[in-house]
Amino acid sequence: MATNEDNVFKALADGSRRALLDRLRVCNGLTLNELCEGHEMTRQAVTKHLAVLEAADLVVTKWRGREKLHYLNPVPINEIYTRWIGKFERGRLQALDNLKEALEEDRHE
Amino acid sequence: MSKSEFIYTIYIKTTPEKLWDALTNVEFMKQYWFGTHCESDWRAGSSWRLVFADGQTADAGEIVESVAPKRLAIRWRNEWNPELKEEGYSLCVFDIEPTDSAVKLTVTHSLDKEGSKLIEAVSGGWPQVLSNIKSLLETGQVVLAQHVDCREKA
Repeated sequence: MATNEDNVFKALADGSRRALLDRLRVCNGLTLNELCEGHEMTRQAVTKHLAVLEAADLVVTKWRGREKLHYLNPVPINEIYTRWIGKFERGRLQALDNLKEALEEDRHE
Repeated sequence: MSKSEFIYTIYIKTTPEKLWDALTNVEFMKQYWFGTHCESDWRAGSSWRLVFADGQTADAGEIVESVAPKRLAIRWRNEWNPELKEEGYSLCVFDIEPTDSAVKLTVTHSLDKEGSKLIEAVSGGWPQVLSNIKSLLETGQVVLAQHVDCREKA
């Protein structure tokens, strides 16, 4: 199933695929040809990597006429973030809030 | 590329009807949208606005298309930041498609301008909002509950 976390980690565990994601992060909505231009990979290799990224839902595609455009979908990575880091981030934000409150209380005294 | 566009997809174990309700119900929205919520009657042609917790309008526009529980399109302009407001209207489309075991939600947010700051500004928020909707529908809780007011960063 496309939401499968295993697919996301497997897809990310490859430098070429991460390079393709980097490229889309800078310039979203590229065609296969445009993606091939920026890499020293064969067209077949790029196609194969894109299929893996698409299966992991890290890349979504949309047709514009006869062109297939590729977009970086950051949602699965955000889910990794919220699962392992978001919790700590929330604690940090809370700590800042508490600090602010404590300091402001001091000032009012 | 002549326009700025982001596409986000997420698979949620729910029904299209429940997801539609999550996108259009104010009380539900307040739980996953970091304290902000939308005001609209969700009919095509009706006005729409995104409201900060204190009541100030964040963004405003109108409903372009409303086909429950499949497709919702909003003409969307920033209202609080002059630089973003100047860029004019963006288009935000929600597509809901049932799959075998889940519902696929696709959010496409675009603006007819290269390097749009509005699209860049919302691009960080959408993944978090979507993760929250998914978590709320699947577990009854959001993953990130704090209120975030983007005006503080500006």
